[in-house]
Amino acid sequence: MLLLDLSVPGRRGYALPKLDVEAIPVADLIPESFLRESDLELPELTEPEVVRYFTQLSRKNHGVDVGFYPLGSCTMKYNPRVNEDIAALPGFSRIHPRQPESTVQGALQLMYELDCFLAEAAGLAKTSLQPAAGAHGELTGLLIIKAYHKFKGEAEQRREIIIPDSAHGTNPASAQMAGFIAREIPSDPRGGVDVEALKAAVGPQTAGLMLTNPNTLGLFDENIEKIAEIIHDAGGLLYYDGANANAILGIVRPGDSGFDIVHFNLHKTFSTPHGGGGPGSGPIVVSKELVDFLPDPIVEHTDGKYHLARPKHSIGPVKAFYGNFAVMVKAYAYIRHLGAAGLKAVSENAVLNANYVMNQLKNDYHLPYDRLCMHEFVLSGKWQKEQGVSTLDIAKRLLDYGVHAPTIYFPLIVEEAIMVEPTETESKATLDAFVAAMKSIAEEAKTDPDKLKAAPTKTPVKRLDETKAARNPVLKYKRP
Amino acid sequence: MEVRKGLLYSKEHEWVQEISDSVVRVGITEYAQDQLGDIVYIELPEIDAEVAKGESFTVVESVKAASDVYAPVSGTVVAVNEKLEDNPELINESPYDEGWIVEIKCDELDLSDLMTAEEYARYIEEV
Repeated sequence: MLLLDLSVPGRRGYALPKLDVEAIPVADLIPESFLRESDLELPELTEPEVVRYFTQLSRKNHGVDVGFYPLGSCTMKYNPRVNEDIAALPGFSRIHPRQPESTVQGALQLMYELDCFLAEAAGLAKTSLQPAAGAHGELTGLLIIKAYHKFKGEAEQRREIIIPDSAHGTNPASAQMAGFIAREIPSDPRGGVDVEALKAAVGPQTAGLMLTNPNTLGLFDENIEKIAEIIHDAGGLLYYDGANANAILGIVRPGDSGFDIVHFNLHKTFSTPHGGGGPGSGPIVVSKELVDFLPDPIVEHTDGKYHLARPKHSIGPVKAFYGNFAVMVKAYAYIRHLGAAGLKAVSENAVLNANYVMNQLKNDYHLPYDRLCMHEFVLSGKWQKEQGVSTLDIAKRLLDYGVHAPTIYFPLIVEEAIMVEPTETESKATLDAFVAAMKSIAEEAKTDPDKLKAAPTKTPVKRLDETKAARNPVLKYKRP
Repeated sequence: MEVRKGLLYSKEHEWVQEISDSVVRVGITEYAQDQLGDIVYIELPEIDAEVAKGESFTVVESVKAASDVYAPVSGTVVAVNEKLEDNPELINESPYDEGWIVEIKCDELDLSDLMTAEEYARYIEEV
């Protein structure tokens, strides 16, 4: 039901005062070619009707403000309200991107310092805050890899980006979009990069490697230094997908393990709102050798003044103006609020929470890689599958327990995958409630599988026919 | 799970049927469609497209994931199963018959590294 469907002609939320000047017809002010030929259809409602409409919609939704949201590789942590207060300060919220630099020194200082904090966390030299999301950061990083090889006269030959089979789907998609050929390599039995396969895959055609570490299995690749050496020896660059950076803050710096480019998701690791609460922000940080290729502009600090500058061999702007500035303010507030020690504690607690939940559940669900995990872990629903219950059924049943379903059927290398990321912002009581729900679902799979197949029963929308929706998508709303 | 006798199989779960001395018909196996779940879309290659053995020549999308389909032989696409455009579910319902995907004409037909039905049945047991 749309607002338009609730509309009643003549209803008003607000009545304008009577005109005290002479009315001029719109047609006298605007050329005829720009005038509408039909009336604009706008909903006519009272103010309380509008408020109730949106409040009711929001109550049908599930978000971190409503309940637990263990969506693997998405880091659905709590978004502290103080960040919103800071971002709403008029000095941040009421400035214009075209203002002279001298009048926005505070905003530029914030961007510069955030750049430095992220560079410190990455162990690299300089940041571009422009990319608007993780995948946008990936594309930007790959365009920098391309510009680097072009600068060295090797762009024609270096066409391949190597990507492990556990990678996020965005990695091969970004590589393709940047004009590279994505080359997949397998994982080894411990869930890391198969180093022998990597050795066999590199060559003069290698432009770089994209790696998520910890990877999507929630496992830290201990061979990272060896991997970096193989890629660098072949003349390629290493790109760090920062989707899982919540596990490593203050503990591992990707730059120290050989990465040349890193992206962070401010809307995951640095607590800014995520998904529908966005927009996102996916800054990239690069090594000293790549600073000249960064998007235009970057923020510099010279002679006590902050100013915007175009790097010497810049790939150009990747977004209008400077990126999603208000998101930067929230991430900055988060970093300043926690400090270095606090950020390290974030990662320690994220890893502790994940290991706690994993160990509680590994006798009830198959755990394909049974080793210390980082901030997330991947279970398999294959025992339940033998009982006739799929991972989809398990995920749907979780909704009845008031929990957002984990990421399912990803990573692709785990059969019936269930990828759980609890984050550091949940209490032990919440984690225990999730464990209890998962255990009880495992029990239901044995004793009452039909209950799982019928789930969810307590949500505003019941089980959807995803197949039908995908085969015959209705892309235009039809008025009832 | 049916592994049809008389067909040849790749490790990437494609089946190959010899139609003539130089043309093979290719589809995905019952096991593959079961793993993918309900297939909702297939991006069919163009007629006359060149395909290279071991490289992706089409993508199938299911409710769970998008997966590459790899060419089990090198050659030229001479026919595609156009029914799949509107009815991708044929791959789920009839993977070995109505759900065939393409026919490929090969200059030199080399099927030596494909598996027999018996070998493939053992292979999916181990996966």
